Amino acid sequence: MRAFKLPKIGSFRLGLGLTLLAIFVVLGLILPWFAPTNPLTWYKAPRNQGASFSHLLGTTNLGQDIFWLLTWALHNSLILGLVVAFFSTLIGVFAGLAAGYSGGWLDRVLSFFMDALLCIPSLPILILLAALFGGQLSLPIVGLALILFNWPYPGRQVRAVALTMREREFINVAWFSGEPRYKILGRHIFPYIAGWSAANFINTVLVGIATETSLAVIGLSSAQQATIGTMIYWALKYQALLAQRYLWVGAPVLCIVLMFISLFLISSGLAIRSAAKRIG
Amino acid sequence: MRLLGQIATRLISYVLVIAFGLTVVFFVPRFAPNDPVEAMLAKVSSQGAYMDAAQSDALRASLTDAFGLQGSLLTQYWNFVKRIVLTGDFGPSLAMYPTPVSQLIAQALPWTFGLLLTSTLIAWVLGNFVGLLAGWRPNRVSSRIMEGLAIIVYPIPYYILALVLSILFSYIWPIFPLTASVHGAPWTFAFIKSVVWNSILPALSIVLVVFGWWVISVKAQTTQLAEEEFSRYARLKGLPDRRILTRYILPNAILPQITFLALQIGLMFNGSIVTEILFEYPGLGHLIYMAVIQGDYNLLMGTISLSIIAVATATMIIDLIYPLLDPRIRAR
Repeated sequence: MRAFKLPKIGSFRLGLGLTLLAIFVVLGLILPWFAPTNPLTWYKAPRNQGASFSHLLGTTNLGQDIFWLLTWALHNSLILGLVVAFFSTLIGVFAGLAAGYSGGWLDRVLSFFMDALLCIPSLPILILLAALFGGQLSLPIVGLALILFNWPYPGRQVRAVALTMREREFINVAWFSGEPRYKILGRHIFPYIAGWSAANFINTVLVGIATETSLAVIGLSSAQQATIGTMIYWALKYQALLAQRYLWVGAPVLCIVLMFISLFLISSGLAIRSAAKRIG
Repeated sequence: MRLLGQIATRLISYVLVIAFGLTVVFFVPRFAPNDPVEAMLAKVSSQGAYMDAAQSDALRASLTDAFGLQGSLLTQYWNFVKRIVLTGDFGPSLAMYPTPVSQLIAQALPWTFGLLLTSTLIAWVLGNFVGLLAGWRPNRVSSRIMEGLAIIVYPIPYYILALVLSILFSYIWPIFPLTASVHGAPWTFAFIKSVVWNSILPALSIVLVVFGWWVISVKAQTTQLAEEEFSRYARLKGLPDRRILTRYILPNAILPQITFLALQIGLMFNGSIVTEILFEYPGLGHLIYMAVIQGDYNLLMGTISLSIIAVATATMIIDLIYPLLDPRIRAR
């Protein structure tokens, strides 16, 4: 009874999350190519317009079209999140497998770095970096720093799984029948962590976007590229709230809230599904 | 005896983690393209100060000394460690000269700790309560609504929630102050009232998110535990629901949350920094921001070193308390 119910919740969450995400992928990865002009440029449109057919979400104080600006912001935020998640997961899975499966000093060194990086709050270090780079960090540097701080999460989890796998019978059988180590890792252990890694990948996309946004909201991310966070920063900076231009602040805020909910639905749906698979 | 060994291992790893963190903080400025001394000199001259070569050299020398940047890399490192670990002295703040950085931090810390501690506690109590009830009867409409709310609230970062709350309750319906401003003599009723009043929105943004997480995970735990043999036995024995929940299920549902809390502290701290900046709440996060804005190098290094030490310490304390709460570990 239980085993049937879990995947049902899981697939409902997955479905809802994926539908929402699909909207953001269209908005962020396809629509930016159709933007009439570079939406960051000032005074390409009349200032402070309300929503209309020519400007779907109105325009900013600086004469930027909010709708097209939002698609560019989504584009940059999504790509940053995806790149960070890809490399963090890749490094984490490799490091975790290496640590858990080989053990010994390699395990001890890797575990220490993973634990230490998990304990260090990443935002203060990013703020320190930004302050020393003159108050601005370019997106590639933000991405690199985020990868550095995010690989230990999958690393630790994969290490734990690899540790328990090492004692399983079928691994011993493979080992005694002379399978090379990389084949054991790839063919026999990896399938067990694939589902979890997918859930973690999505979660890291969320964390990456969230951290860049937090840096940007306080004005320490790149000013050259639009991200959701910088959009919120400029809106606050130009007193969009006092002037009651709620669309300027509201659009990116609503966008990021919905995006985070969809990413969380997907990652928890995937986690439930892979847990159910392991039982069944 | 074994417990003592565990505590010793934990303490050693605590020291190593802090050493690693401080080393990172020490080396980051050395690899950054901007020299803090030159940046400060540029700032002074951009404010209209005219200096001849001898004067600017003298200023350069004294700034290098004040920032702890004189000597070889090794002496600098040793001085840095000595400053932070042995004396707790981060030098004077430049923006608020000659107030020592340590004094500024001491003023800010109670605010951050107060905010994080109270909001985490409130969220913990509420979240456990709601999660437990929702997990006990997972198919009730109210349980589903609660879980739905939790799923919507949990993935939102604190500062976004803080922003939404401030739009709603400071602009559209202005009942709470937009930025924190405390008045009244310390520890009078008026003072406490204004502190609480100013803290409600920042605290609420943290409470809601943490509450969301707690509901989600306690609910899942409870539903699972309710089907275990020992719960069935308690039910068959005819024990009232309330007793089964508080005595049989709650202790087992809470324990995994404590480990999770230890892992989560760093992220919570990150979130509180931005929330404090948005509300101009006078805590550590706001101090970090002031240091960045004013280019106050000593204050920046001090606050960031301290936040690493604070997060590592909080994590260690939770790890050390854990065996006291889990009888299974204690007995071993």
